[in-house]
Amino acid sequence: MSPIISVANLSKTYGSGFKALKNVNLDIKRGEIFALLGPNGAGKTTLISIICGIANPSEGRVLVGGEDIQTSYRKARSLIGLVPQELHTDAFESVWATVSFSRGLFGKPKNPDHIEKVLKDLSLWDKKDNKIITLSGGMKRRVMIAKALSHEPQILFLDEPTAGVDVELRKGMWEVVRTLQQSGVTIILTTHYIEEAEEMADRIGVINKGEIVLVEDKATLMQKLGKKRLTLHLQGKIAALPESLHHYELELCDGGATLVYDYDTKGERTGITSLLGDLRTAGIRFNDLDTTQSSLEDIFVDLVRTS
Amino acid sequence: MNHRAIRAIYLFEMARTWRTLLQSIVSPVVSTSLYFVVFGAAIGSRISQVEGVSYGTFIVPGLIMLSVLTQSIANASFGIYFPKFTGTIYEILSAPISYFEIVLGYVGAAATKSIILGLIILATAGLFVPLHIHHPVWMLAFLVLTAVTFSLFGFIIGIWADGFEKLQMIPMLVVTPLTFLGGSFYSIDMLPPTWRTVALLNPVVYLISGFRWSFYEIADVSVAVSIGMTIAFLVICLVVIWWIFRTGYRLKN
Repeated sequence: MSPIISVANLSKTYGSGFKALKNVNLDIKRGEIFALLGPNGAGKTTLISIICGIANPSEGRVLVGGEDIQTSYRKARSLIGLVPQELHTDAFESVWATVSFSRGLFGKPKNPDHIEKVLKDLSLWDKKDNKIITLSGGMKRRVMIAKALSHEPQILFLDEPTAGVDVELRKGMWEVVRTLQQSGVTIILTTHYIEEAEEMADRIGVINKGEIVLVEDKATLMQKLGKKRLTLHLQGKIAALPESLHHYELELCDGGATLVYDYDTKGERTGITSLLGDLRTAGIRFNDLDTTQSSLEDIFVDLVRTS
Repeated sequence: MNHRAIRAIYLFEMARTWRTLLQSIVSPVVSTSLYFVVFGAAIGSRISQVEGVSYGTFIVPGLIMLSVLTQSIANASFGIYFPKFTGTIYEILSAPISYFEIVLGYVGAAATKSIILGLIILATAGLFVPLHIHHPVWMLAFLVLTAVTFSLFGFIIGIWADGFEKLQMIPMLVVTPLTFLGGSFYSIDMLPPTWRTVALLNPVVYLISGFRWSFYEIADVSVAVSIGMTIAFLVICLVVIWWIFRTGYRLKN
């Protein structure tokens, strides 16, 4: 299946000379949730802005639903709904008016039933006549999602959708996003919350200093780059590791009460079997052990540090 | 053509007018009435006639133009500047709408407001002085042309401005003085020859002269020159706006 968004050799240099994007190539699959991760200033928002028509590219090409965003911008943009990072709202408009305005702006005929459904899905129905200025930050965020969904887009960009949103509301938003995906909408989200990407995404892209560092299925990424940690709780404290264990990358913790061993799950051999054998030979016994999987956050930090 | 988008922007902007009715319509009407009291009654009583027309009647076209010019600029500049200021411009830029359609929505609404305002001031003037419009069609044509042209100019200012101070700067420091010196309250024939020549460099002279001609068939410069100058300014504004959208100046970069 052809990608719903195809970014080819995209670069953006601002007037100041700052290169925000450097030869970015990226395909987004139809119907997926794609999480774009990157530190501040990595180029996430610039990339989204170019795809959505808010910023001009310096070089390269973007196709949305097979349509060029510059030469066939009407068709391309009509497929996209955008929820920007900042809470940009018309303070003095009512929720209903601003969402209806967005639908009109995208050239769609009036459809009160659809607007009603969107507002109800986002728990905004009882606020439909309220002026936006009277709403809380979380509700304003939902109004922005409602505006983006007002014209029934096939693609939804969520730029930091849960920034500054409390935990409960964040989980509510995740539910909304999942429901949208089930209805066939492709979702691209940028986030600082790694757990959000871990929870939501089908695929993950990492961008740093304007370059795409990696694009991978989340599960594969976790498997390929994920490290596991084996922690052994010793029967008795030891002062130092015996000579025979020096070739293992072991760490003695808790004043000699625990041994920590990091191993790579992608390697052919984890070294655990031989380690346990060598421990027995050395007379070091343990009464408990546990393993933990490194989080996406650890992977992300590693990637950004090394790229 | 994305008619629904043009309509959405137009109605959104018009809704702002009704929401801020006092500021948009009532306040210019009040200030114009004050002009009539001060210039028409107090000063006008000491000036017999200007080119065969009573002074109070003579200043009506100039007063309408004064409000139409300043309000067109204010409406259009604020209309496009405010979404830039609040950030809601993202939605306009990411919508499937052409630059021409964006301009049509914003400038159309700004010009509509100015035209309504001009007609209200005309009606208000009718309460103070006797009025007879010789060429009503030309009067309307001048009114529409001026409202559209200066709304385009206001749109440019709104794009250019990166702060509220700049938004006010051109209207206050350039347009208002030019309007006052453009023959709103006098005929430039009343000026000494040197100042008359200087006054002809002021584009507003041509607007007011043509507009006044449509009322009383008296003009400082020929009507053809007035129309020509207004259209020339319109074309300049259109070219600047075309350039703004082509380059993304202060919008997309």
